[in-house]
Amino acid sequence: MIEYKNVLTTCPYCGTGCALHLQVMDEKLVGVLPAKKHVVSEGGLCIKGWNAHAFVNHADRLTKPLIRKNGKLEEATWDEALTLIAQKLGEIKTQSGPDSVAILSSAKCTNEENYLLQKFARAVIGTNNVDHCARL
Amino acid sequence: MDKRINDLRQVIEKILPDVDGVIALRTGPGGIVAPYLFSKERPDELAKLALWPKEPVPDTLKIILRAHPEAKLAIVCRGCEERGIVEMFKHAQLNLDNVTLVGLQCEQAEVESCHCFKPFTVHARLTIGQPLEGLRDPLMAKVAAMSQPEKLAFWKEEFSHCIKCYGCRNICPQCFCNICTLEDEKWVETGRLPMPNPSMYHMIRAMHMTAKCVGCHECEETCPAGIPMAVQFRLIARDVREMFNYEPGAVMDQKPPQLLVLEEGEYERTGLPH
Repeated sequence: MIEYKNVLTTCPYCGTGCALHLQVMDEKLVGVLPAKKHVVSEGGLCIKGWNAHAFVNHADRLTKPLIRKNGKLEEATWDEALTLIAQKLGEIKTQSGPDSVAILSSAKCTNEENYLLQKFARAVIGTNNVDHCARL
Repeated sequence: MDKRINDLRQVIEKILPDVDGVIALRTGPGGIVAPYLFSKERPDELAKLALWPKEPVPDTLKIILRAHPEAKLAIVCRGCEERGIVEMFKHAQLNLDNVTLVGLQCEQAEVESCHCFKPFTVHARLTIGQPLEGLRDPLMAKVAAMSQPEKLAFWKEEFSHCIKCYGCRNICPQCFCNICTLEDEKWVETGRLPMPNPSMYHMIRAMHMTAKCVGCHECEETCPAGIPMAVQFRLIARDVREMFNYEPGAVMDQKPPQLLVLEEGEYERTGLPH
């Protein structure tokens, strides 16, 4: 059976909230179509939105965490990676104080995810050093 | 209830058992419409059949035929979309052997919204609705009457709003080259906004739309800067008709001027990529 459909979603690139359709051909993502009559983007997109599908199956996309061992990045499990991050952040916090850590969040996340990240910065690390990629 | 949508639904229901799918519009979340492939396996989906706003369905047909070259498909298309499909066929972008065209004639409000010069299909054997007369975009006469310096000033002003989203190229059913000049640093510098003006980007697109633009207005509709670029394509189309007696999408077996050669013989390749 041949399947073609468009899945309505929100552009992941910035906080504007443009709507776009992901074109799906036989369960494979093949392109983007703007969403006409959408209250925010009114059928338009910027160049990032038009390419919002490109990274999903990109060969360069990281699908597993990498840990640098002896100067080389090596594949690791999420447990290993998160344990290492927690340990190192803990060390930095103890040795140099919480304000030696900064948390950089992302416009690609949801509001709720960004809330969690600032909560992590303030309540767990103990710093107000919070910023996000859309201010670069 | 719109009579056209009921008539269209009936026609699709009739065709559905004999094809692998019918390309038409479906209403999705939030009432937002998108192209969809209706199939006999999911006849209930036809309850969500939609007509408007129109979508660039010729490209949908191309995407599906690329994945399934032998598929037997039907496509609901308006006049402009039918022209788009015919031009894609002439430029070897798709094979129409197994494709049934279902013509959807535009209503007055739709004709006015697009300033469409030809809001009806001419090739489809199955049609829904009555063909209406076309309109001329009032901006066409206005621009045509301008002096050359006025035209230059008008287009420079319009193009100065461009944010280089490439949406007009992406959505165009007639922009299908594998290598695109607009992505060549020689012509269109990356990372520069506003673009140098007069803009090579828009000049190249105007040239490349010659004898190709079918007047679907998708480029204008997706343009975040509201540039009335279809007006220049229509003015060029007027000249092409005068010079070559060619109207994109109108006659199935008439070769587009850019596929004609002036005389038989060997042509030296320039060695340039395009």
